[in-house]
Amino acid sequence: MSVEYETVIGLEIHVQLKTNTKMFCSCALTFGEPPNTRTCPVCLGLPGALPVANAEAIHLGLMIGMALGCELAPRSKFDRKQYFYPDLPKGYQISQFDEPLCAGGGIGGVRIHRVHLEEDAAKLVHAGTSGRIHGSAASVVDFNRGGTPLAEIVTEPDISSAEQAGEFLRLLRTTLRVLGVSDVNMEEGSLRCDANISIRPVGQAELGVKTELKNMNSFRYIEKGIRAEVARQEALLRAGEPVTQETLHFDPRTEQLTSMRSKEEAHDYRYFPEPDLTPVLITPDMLERAHAALPELPAARQERFERDLSLHPDTAKLLAWRTELGDWFEAALAASPAGYDAAAAGPLANWTTNELITRLGTDVDPATSNVAPAALAQLVALVAAKTVTANAGKQVLDVLVAEGGDPAAIIEAQGLGAVGGEDTLAPVVQAALEANPAIAERLRGGDMKPMGVIIGHVMRETKGRADGGEVTKLVRAELGL
Amino acid sequence: MTHLTDLTAKTAIDAITSGDLDAAELFDAYRSAAAAEDLNAYTWVADQTPDLGAAAAAPLRGVPLAVKDLFCTAGVPSQAGSRILEGYRPPHTATVVERLAAAGTSLLGKTNQDEFAMGSSNENSAYGPVKNPWDRSRVPGGSSGGSAAAVAAGLAPWALGTDTGGSIRQPAALCGIVGLKPTYGTVSRYGMIAFASSLDQAGPFARDVTDVALLYSHMHGRDPRDATSVGHPEATVLPTAERMDGLRLGVPEDLTGEGVEPGVMAAFEAALQTARDLGASVERVALPHADYGLSAYYVIAPAEASSNLARFDGVRYGRRSGADDLVSMYTKTRHDYFGDEVKRRILIGTYALSSGFYDAYYAGAQKVRTLIARDFTAAFAGVDLIVTPTSPGVAFPLGAKTDDPLAMYLNDYFTVPISLAGLPAISLPCGLSEGLPVGLQLAGPAFSENRILDAAYAWERALAFDSTPSRIGAAR
Ligand SMILES: [Zn+2]
Repeated sequence: MSVEYETVIGLEIHVQLKTNTKMFCSCALTFGEPPNTRTCPVCLGLPGALPVANAEAIHLGLMIGMALGCELAPRSKFDRKQYFYPDLPKGYQISQFDEPLCAGGGIGGVRIHRVHLEEDAAKLVHAGTSGRIHGSAASVVDFNRGGTPLAEIVTEPDISSAEQAGEFLRLLRTTLRVLGVSDVNMEEGSLRCDANISIRPVGQAELGVKTELKNMNSFRYIEKGIRAEVARQEALLRAGEPVTQETLHFDPRTEQLTSMRSKEEAHDYRYFPEPDLTPVLITPDMLERAHAALPELPAARQERFERDLSLHPDTAKLLAWRTELGDWFEAALAASPAGYDAAAAGPLANWTTNELITRLGTDVDPATSNVAPAALAQLVALVAAKTVTANAGKQVLDVLVAEGGDPAAIIEAQGLGAVGGEDTLAPVVQAALEANPAIAERLRGGDMKPMGVIIGHVMRETKGRADGGEVTKLVRAELGL
Repeated sequence: MTHLTDLTAKTAIDAITSGDLDAAELFDAYRSAAAAEDLNAYTWVADQTPDLGAAAAAPLRGVPLAVKDLFCTAGVPSQAGSRILEGYRPPHTATVVERLAAAGTSLLGKTNQDEFAMGSSNENSAYGPVKNPWDRSRVPGGSSGGSAAAVAAGLAPWALGTDTGGSIRQPAALCGIVGLKPTYGTVSRYGMIAFASSLDQAGPFARDVTDVALLYSHMHGRDPRDATSVGHPEATVLPTAERMDGLRLGVPEDLTGEGVEPGVMAAFEAALQTARDLGASVERVALPHADYGLSAYYVIAPAEASSNLARFDGVRYGRRSGADDLVSMYTKTRHDYFGDEVKRRILIGTYALSSGFYDAYYAGAQKVRTLIARDFTAAFAGVDLIVTPTSPGVAFPLGAKTDDPLAMYLNDYFTVPISLAGLPAISLPCGLSEGLPVGLQLAGPAFSENRILDAAYAWERALAFDSTPSRIGAAR
């Protein structure tokens, strides 16, 4: 008798906001400048320096809240989260504790618990081989990053697998990118994710003991890390050992999980209201401004593609969740000879998501390719008009991907136009039947299964330029069926 | 003979304006006096007279200013009375110091203080106690003891202090000068090394009400670098009132009597009679929660301090004790370079904010604070100003209370509730007890500084207390 376990995951996502200046001072955000060149008394935590909240960060926070369907607080305050570490110059981080800017909401089937604003820590660089503060000969601090505005997005524990976590994060990243609030680049640290993971026997209401997986810096590692941790917890429970509450680090190189901190070492952050800042009152004007700044979001775009363009949900999602793909597709649709129209949308979407992506590679933005949106739109229209067959069309696309150009001109130059009409195609069909007498006999006898052999023959002869339906018609006429 | 250092700032400014006095000559006189002082009032004195050309053209005419050590002054030691900041010269200057420099004051020196403004006697300074110029065996009060002693002794015409629970008013009282704690938020806190952020407020010391008003008029103003600063809704007017006709003074039922030295009470009662003679009415007002002020204060202020002082960790500036690992470096640095009172308050504050104790202590104290603020609002519906003795006693001997923190904390009994409510209050000398000055505290509603200054001015004229430095001691 074997117990089945289910996984319960909640995510905490830190997003660096794309403001001009830091969260609580007027230093510009850093983009790899020499260490400690973007600092001031405030972000260095010098004596007597005071924070002033960045209104733009609050604006971006409100946009995030609106995009995630959160309830926006009419009044929000900042709190001090206190602990000692060299990357935290004041000995506390200004964050939000019990009155976050946004609460509730959800996206992609995952509920959002809250969204709050805080300041990023500075960057520690450890000399020596350990790469950690323990055991390094010396550690130096670069305060350029310190004080960068962060939005922390916390989900409810609604995620049940590594794959779902990955999917949710992709949707969230696209949403934030479309909002323009962040670069959302995991490698550069503008999007960071921690996962709270527990497992429990299927059917058990009570949650298992959770562990926290910290600072994973790519979607792939997040999924790998979660899988590794779920496997570790399951092995423990199956061996009759308890899971202990701790913070873990996943090393993507070795794929090993190491403990950073146990519950006994957990901090008492001694949160209290930041006395240097007054509470933020969210005015109707601020809400109006945030609302006006909202673009169409991926979830809404998917819905629109399904509703207005009758796209298949999977296709609509693929186009909507990959903003650059969706943008390219809509540009192509607008350039199609029939105009921005639902009738042209289906085939064009399929050509984009299947043929084009396969040729370009999954992660390539088509805008960077040789294929102009109008070119694909034209090609799809030519296929629909049977000026060129689907097969020949794919050959045309090969050329477009390789060197760009105009589909009609390529068809002309390479002689890829459809071979149609009795005059040209009938002799080819005749020859095919003559070359395959046994097949012709079976067809004549009413067994239509080997029709494909004849069509294949004709296609070879015409280099794919013949239309299968027309060939079948001619075969039937030839054989008097 | 008249000493230059006996002149009030206003008199000196008028003399410089009329060409009867040279700004550099005045600065030199003070600089020499400050450099030679034996009160330990200064921790740093300007080593030369600066070029006063621009300052002398500004409204305050280059008149020298003593600044409490905890105001950051670029390139000049700013140590907040603490060993942990020994030798620290910040790159930035406090907004209020910048404002006053722009108005024409010139920096004479930095004054001694209780470490991080925690104390009521100036005995908690890492740089030694300050002596009271009225009696060198006694304390000047604190925490702005250096500023108060310097002004009283003629080592500065005026000075900047800070008041968290009484740190301007109590030393002003004990040194026989005038000190104003403005409404919270009127003066920028940017560049003031923080003790308790929600209470700290900078204010002026001077030898008379006019100078206090004049200095304050150039201090307030909204500062974009301080989110809690609101500025003052009206300009500060130099007081001219000679009478107090129609002014309703309230004496708190719960704030007088027990614990007040008889000589202080006598001087206070005499001052009330003077006010009646000037046309004021005196009545009792109820402040039912004021008695809990000290308890609430000694939770809130240490809680904020425990957080504000976390930045002194040995990592970036100030002193550091060498150790083999990070945590040892933190603990050793803070152990070696914080004084006892600072450690005591960090411990109290850390405890009060700890998970499981927060509601009972910090949240509870904040509720008391709200109740006290409401008491004052209700009281000011019936009276214009509230008066109390500033301190229950006169200057006490050095060392008398150092072993008894609770007795020391009682010095702030009358001043703390007003701080908790964020209200303005002035202390002015109203007489002597045992040959030592007694202070009178006048508090008003938020932003009522002009009203307070007017009443204090009329009172000052009638009481005719002599705070001329060269005559201090002769009055005994
Ligand atoms: Zn900065």
